Amino acid sequence: MKNRTLAELSLLCALAMILSYLESLVPIPIPVPGIKLGLANLAVVFAVYRLGIRQAAAVSLVRVVTIALLFGSVLSLAYSLSGAALSLLSMALLKAAKRFSPWAVSVAGGVAHNIGQLLAAAVLLETRLFLYYLPVLMLSGVVCGAAIGILAAVLIRRVRRPE
Amino acid sequence: MKKIMKNDILLVGILLLISAVGFLLRHVLGEEGKTAVVRLNGEIAARYSLETEGTFPLNGGSNVLVIRDGCAFMESADCPDRICVRQGRISRTGEVITCLPNRLTVTVEGASEEVDMISGGGGG
Repeated sequence: MKNRTLAELSLLCALAMILSYLESLVPIPIPVPGIKLGLANLAVVFAVYRLGIRQAAAVSLVRVVTIALLFGSVLSLAYSLSGAALSLLSMALLKAAKRFSPWAVSVAGGVAHNIGQLLAAAVLLETRLFLYYLPVLMLSGVVCGAAIGILAAVLIRRVRRPE
Repeated sequence: MKKIMKNDILLVGILLLISAVGFLLRHVLGEEGKTAVVRLNGEIAARYSLETEGTFPLNGGSNVLVIRDGCAFMESADCPDRICVRQGRISRTGEVITCLPNRLTVTVEGASEEVDMISGGGGG
């Protein structure tokens, strides 16, 4: 691994962690468990395009594990891991299809993250949760993923590699 | 955002459509429920008939469920986000109140053979 890649990866990991923390400070007005802005997805989407899927997966994994250790529980780790895995998978597929912009990849990532979390909760707590929360979590995934996607698309275009 | 492509709009449209169909199904399939089923870690901890009225401490008192006028709602909880309290009243089958931090769910179900209150692990 090149030094620069390592530095970029570390920076993005730190950024994802900070964004996760910032997000935990913002109260969400809608009383549905699992709804989040997904700010950290900004760092992950950026990593997907700037460094590649595997590197983005590393950023995501580091963020999920460290944030769960700092603020979460074993259960929240399970939700987050499941969400992050499904999110990365869908972003990898859409990016590989080469027919979608980073914005759409971010939307898909947001929706998939929510579905992944919901799947874990349905398995661990109660199956009925899935159908009940799926519509609202898909909607919030689209809305938040779209907002993050606009930012991510701008960053991917504007942030240049230093030479 | 001129970089958005036709495929992007199609993808987002499909996602929104699935979500809308889900909302509709949830609305159509729900009917007035009979029982509030409390689960802790996925295991049934207690069942309460929605025809009863009362205040029920769950999970050793961490959450307090109230049943009144055929509706169930979480009156208080010791979790930090208190999302379960803000979720409000449920009365239709399939509706759920979830308290993720306390690993607790309350679902409304139809008539069952055990409509009467059964004291499970809930009565702290």
